[in-house]
Amino acid sequence: MPRTLLILGAGTGGTMLANKLAHTLDHDQWQMIIVDQEPEHYYQPGFLFIPFGIYRPDEVIRPKQRLLPASVKLIFSEIALIEPDQQRVKLVKDDQVIPYDYLVIATGSRIAPDEIDGMLGDGWYQNIFDFYTYPGAVALAEALKNWKGGRLVINIAEMPIKCPVAPLEFAFLADWYFAQRGIRDQVEIIYSTPLSGAFTKPRASATLSRLLDEKRITVIGDFNISEVDAERRVIRSYDDQEIPYDLLVTIPPNMGAEVIGRSGMGDDLNFVPVDKHTLQSKRWENVFVIGDAGNVPTSKAGSVAHFMLETVVENLQHHISGEPLTPSFDGHANCFVETGYQKGLLIDFNYEVEPLPGKYPLPTVGPFSLLEETKLNHLGKMGFRWVYWNVLLKAIDLPISSQFSMTGKIS
Amino acid sequence: MTTLLDTLAFNDEGYLLNWQQWNEQVAYEIAAEEGIELTDRHWIVIHFARKIYAENGDAPTLRQITKQTDVSTKEMYTLFPDGPAKKAAMIAGLPKPTGCI
Repeated sequence: MPRTLLILGAGTGGTMLANKLAHTLDHDQWQMIIVDQEPEHYYQPGFLFIPFGIYRPDEVIRPKQRLLPASVKLIFSEIALIEPDQQRVKLVKDDQVIPYDYLVIATGSRIAPDEIDGMLGDGWYQNIFDFYTYPGAVALAEALKNWKGGRLVINIAEMPIKCPVAPLEFAFLADWYFAQRGIRDQVEIIYSTPLSGAFTKPRASATLSRLLDEKRITVIGDFNISEVDAERRVIRSYDDQEIPYDLLVTIPPNMGAEVIGRSGMGDDLNFVPVDKHTLQSKRWENVFVIGDAGNVPTSKAGSVAHFMLETVVENLQHHISGEPLTPSFDGHANCFVETGYQKGLLIDFNYEVEPLPGKYPLPTVGPFSLLEETKLNHLGKMGFRWVYWNVLLKAIDLPISSQFSMTGKIS
Repeated sequence: MTTLLDTLAFNDEGYLLNWQQWNEQVAYEIAAEEGIELTDRHWIVIHFARKIYAENGDAPTLRQITKQTDVSTKEMYTLFPDGPAKKAAMIAGLPKPTGCI
């Protein structure tokens, strides 16, 4: 009887992994099953552009079925419970139980607006929006179109969040959007964050702060939101500061899937504790994690899931053959940061090295400039959507190394 | 006069370099420098933080503290004003929590 490799989640990480393993696993000995609750795959980096009318909503959706290899069995169902001690997963659909030999968790992270008092009250999707979900981004596009101006407050509730540069990009694009509409002078843009500055890493934070300043975006740091008072239109912090808003764009706390919590596999945010170099679960040796479902201390971003892929595939194979695991994942993250006016920055970093200026080499199209606003970085960001659907998800090798490299960087 | 804290090594941000050199007297003195007088409620948090660090090698986040002790977030801000998780770690003799990326 063939052994079973079960993947939970057919998002960015799960899809790439299924495509990669389709070529490497021996199909006589292995069956691969992937479970997901939704039929659509969303290109999540595109959510940023929907509120400003840069992308149409339909440009970010494809059916999951078409993105997966034929050799994987795809089941659409909610997951009722994971029982790692029994090596099985219970599904909601038809009360199915799937025993597995190896499990890869790719259930991602999601926003949890209910974690903030008052967030989901009368103002939700009236003058309070998120842009980390498809419905949020689409509703916000409609609201922005009709907005006459006032105080736009962007608030990050709590770290860590998926794609930690996206809120900054939102602020930059908002500045550009209102300027194009001729109402920039009627809009005040406030960027409030629990961090002390614009970003988590010092060199990038300095560059990004300068840009925020140039674009007349006010940063309020060390702001830890405790509640939304939708009636008075203010957000309040735990130390009783208040920020009034007319339009609130929130990045609510990000958490792992509820099933991780229910199954007793997560930390306080339902992220799965995982070895940060091998990506193996800290508790169950036949469980691995890809993407932002785990608690590794690097950015929760698609590029990171991509850089994790090699490590997960290698270590699955090592474990199957009874060999020691390779501690090859180094926290590598790589993000284009859209800054408006058809320009962008590129940052590249890992666990040890913060984003640095310099050049990022890439055959044919590159090099891209690091930590510097250029048109080419913007084109890179826009071209990435094609790369995502056609190369990244299919796990076709990109001409860039999974490991971080100092080549071209100025330290 | 040499104080107890003068005999210990701290980093630029004021976090103790070796968490094993900590004792309760050290906590009282770091807290005093931060203008905090330690009460039983502070000690619940401090002991919890040291327990988590011993287990995970990382000081707890604010969320971990408030979910796993009976101290609420609001109370944390009263006990340890200006960045409660960081300040609690500092007084507990631990490195700054790495929670945010």
